[in-house]
Amino acid sequence: MLPHRIELATARPSRRQFLIGTVATASLVIGYRLIAADPAMAEDAAKPPANPFQAYVEISPDNRIVIHSSQFEMGQGSYFGIATLVMEELDGDWAQVDVVGASGNAALYGNLAWGGVAQGTGGSTSMTSSWQRYRQAGAAARAMLVAAAAKQWNVPAGEISVASGVLSHPSGTKATFGELATAAAGMQVPSELPLKQKAEWTQIGADGLKRYDSAGKTNGTEAYTIDLKMDGLLTAVMIHPPKFGATVKSFDAAKAKAFDGIVDVVQTPRGVAVVGNNMWTALKGRDLVIVEWDEAKAEQRGSAEILDQYRKLAAEPAKANARNDGDAVTALSSAASTVEGSYEFPYLAHASLEPLNAIARIGDDGTVEVWGGHQMPDLYQAVAAQVAGVTPDKVKLHVMKTGGSFGRRAVADADLIVEAVATAKALGPGKPVKIQWTRENDMRGGRYRPAYVHAIKAGLDKDGKLVALHDHIVGQSILGGSPFAAMIQNGVDATSVEGASNLPYAIPNVKIDLTTTDVNIPVLWWRSVGSTHTAYVIETFVDELAVAAKRDPVEFRLSMLEKHPRHAAVLRLAAEKAGWDKPLAEGRFRGVALHESFSTFVAEVVEITFKSASDFSVDRVVCAVDCGIAINPDQIRAQMEGGIGFGLGAILQEELTLTGGVVDQENYDTYTPLRIDQMPKVEVHIVASDEPPTGVGEPGVPPIGPAVANALRAATGKTIRSLPISKGLSA
Amino acid sequence: MVAFTLNGEARTLDADPEMPLLWAIRDVIGLTGTKFGCGMAQCGACTVHIDGTPTRSCQTAIGDVEGMSVTTIEGLSGKVGETVQTVWAELDVPQCGYCQSGQIMSAAALLVETPKPTDEDIDSAMSGNLCRCATYQRIRAAIHEAAHRLEA
Repeated sequence: MLPHRIELATARPSRRQFLIGTVATASLVIGYRLIAADPAMAEDAAKPPANPFQAYVEISPDNRIVIHSSQFEMGQGSYFGIATLVMEELDGDWAQVDVVGASGNAALYGNLAWGGVAQGTGGSTSMTSSWQRYRQAGAAARAMLVAAAAKQWNVPAGEISVASGVLSHPSGTKATFGELATAAAGMQVPSELPLKQKAEWTQIGADGLKRYDSAGKTNGTEAYTIDLKMDGLLTAVMIHPPKFGATVKSFDAAKAKAFDGIVDVVQTPRGVAVVGNNMWTALKGRDLVIVEWDEAKAEQRGSAEILDQYRKLAAEPAKANARNDGDAVTALSSAASTVEGSYEFPYLAHASLEPLNAIARIGDDGTVEVWGGHQMPDLYQAVAAQVAGVTPDKVKLHVMKTGGSFGRRAVADADLIVEAVATAKALGPGKPVKIQWTRENDMRGGRYRPAYVHAIKAGLDKDGKLVALHDHIVGQSILGGSPFAAMIQNGVDATSVEGASNLPYAIPNVKIDLTTTDVNIPVLWWRSVGSTHTAYVIETFVDELAVAAKRDPVEFRLSMLEKHPRHAAVLRLAAEKAGWDKPLAEGRFRGVALHESFSTFVAEVVEITFKSASDFSVDRVVCAVDCGIAINPDQIRAQMEGGIGFGLGAILQEELTLTGGVVDQENYDTYTPLRIDQMPKVEVHIVASDEPPTGVGEPGVPPIGPAVANALRAATGKTIRSLPISKGLSA
Repeated sequence: MVAFTLNGEARTLDADPEMPLLWAIRDVIGLTGTKFGCGMAQCGACTVHIDGTPTRSCQTAIGDVEGMSVTTIEGLSGKVGETVQTVWAELDVPQCGYCQSGQIMSAAALLVETPKPTDEDIDSAMSGNLCRCATYQRIRAAIHEAAHRLEA
């Protein structure tokens, strides 16, 4: 969910070398660091890891394998994926395995898809970043265990075999990983680490392999941030400004402070925190606090006014250009026929089930600990240090698994971390405090998928060939005003245009323009980012053009994909599995869409039953996905199923609106994600591939909207250009 | 003082009778498997059984459960409950997992009431339980599979 194209700007050639860290315990700890081409980094890499917690694989004398994950787990299965990579090489026993979140060392945990510059999870890069790193970590650990056994047993290493967490020698000598952990930690880290070949894999690609963490998620024992217990933990609820950009002028907490169980009422840089002994008390206390706001700099507009302005801007010349092939304007003026349309997309909320939270504790020695869904740990560590007034080395982040995120836990201003650390600081050392947002805080807390308007026009020649396409995108920048703003080049925030600027179809004249707007509503990446709107526009428009050219929508696309075999292959596979050429029952209609996001290729064919604009259902979705090597096939299916449900809810009925600068929706009664009775039957087909693995957390989302819209056009003859569909179909 | 049974154990709480059962279970008693998602009975993450009926604990005051029997995910037992939990893990239903306690409590209650549910029965019984990861397809499959095993 972070911009995946950072790699283009920052990727460095590197070779990898394993170094070993030392730990206070007798655990075996494997780490490796990047040795970069640039001398400064190479010098840094020659030093031992900065603190003893840095590790990938920890094997303890009690025979546990604890994998330290650089990648954040929000439900998408990154921990399981990383554990699979380690276990493939380590030959451990899954019953031994646990995975914990790592933090605090970019050299160890920096996302390699981003050149390793910082730790973070987004842009569906977890497997790309981890593919070599975690297999090598598993291989190194295995080799050192074998070396330790060889030394103890006085036998050649080559005679030792490893299976299910046990080392054995033909003489009958055996030992568990745990029994050898201490000795293995003292072994030299091997410089040559051959990895298993595909034919030897037993974990990677194993369809029967189940997540190691499902049991805890079915018996109530999985602990999220909201569930953590620690001595003296207080709970705080927030009072946020009613409008974005407003600040606290003054507040009266006298009544709240007199309420039994309220510990304090604290001003933070982001609002007022009401601190109580438990959640219910804090909520009762919050009702008694009166805050006066300074709205001088607040956004006062509603979403209808904002979209009005966007429509006007879309008709004016664009401020920036993201792609310019040929001469689209001239080609359009001479095209045999043209089609044009204006699309509108609302703000969307992430609305994860676990309302946002974080816990901070200041120690007597001034150290700061923060527990939470740290999707960008290095940044959050720096922010926590700044708020606490300490140096970053005094801050320890505990990366928790979270109840969803969909991008929301990767926010440059580190909102929850600021609130938690500021409150903990005000309370003083030894008073840990959990900031727990309510659903209303979460829904009104900003960081939405931006609203967008697209004005698009395309032209066909007399043979029905698509010769020109010109799209003008209008909306807010996600990167603007953030620490990532430097990535905006020539006025183009790639996250605003991705999915359109890289559209794969062979069209001789393509112009993708962008006008970035200045609106004070905080926005953010939302599962599949730019592709949430660009895929909808391009794929409904191309489909409409196929109809205008009297060509089959699948064949029309394929005719423009000669240079994109992976796109073409998933499209063909989805069409074939869906029975694209077969007639449908009365009242049933089909639609198709194809989209690449984050280097994963997905095509989806939907079938709907249509009775009227207010009475239709999405019944079946056939999905084909190419994500390179399929590490966990069943998790790929799970992410496609979930991505389709997530995207379908948004496209059908999710819309976040504002009136006079105030968000209208507060809870799930008015902001309405998909429910089970709307879930279609989804079947997923995975393309066999030897390409390096890419991600699946996001790429299932983009095609579902346009595929449904294309089926609805088959039923009604009308393209829905204003989302959500519940609004656009009746308009 | 409110007296009720929680997971088979007699409990007496000295707390505001208006306190939602959700917060009493989580913050006073310390059982955290029951989740907070919305606070207004819209998401179902806080679903518990009260005298066997699936109920949103965020909208149930503890004063109203006096003398009643409350079961949370931690106390779910018996053939139906255990089968549901087993199948849930076997089919890898959970993604983030946060809503799943509530899903399982609703599913177990459904299977007690309707041992052989149709897709429509499932959709109707489970539509009060939101899953933002949209694991719905596997929830349906798991309920059917649990029904099948319980029939055997």
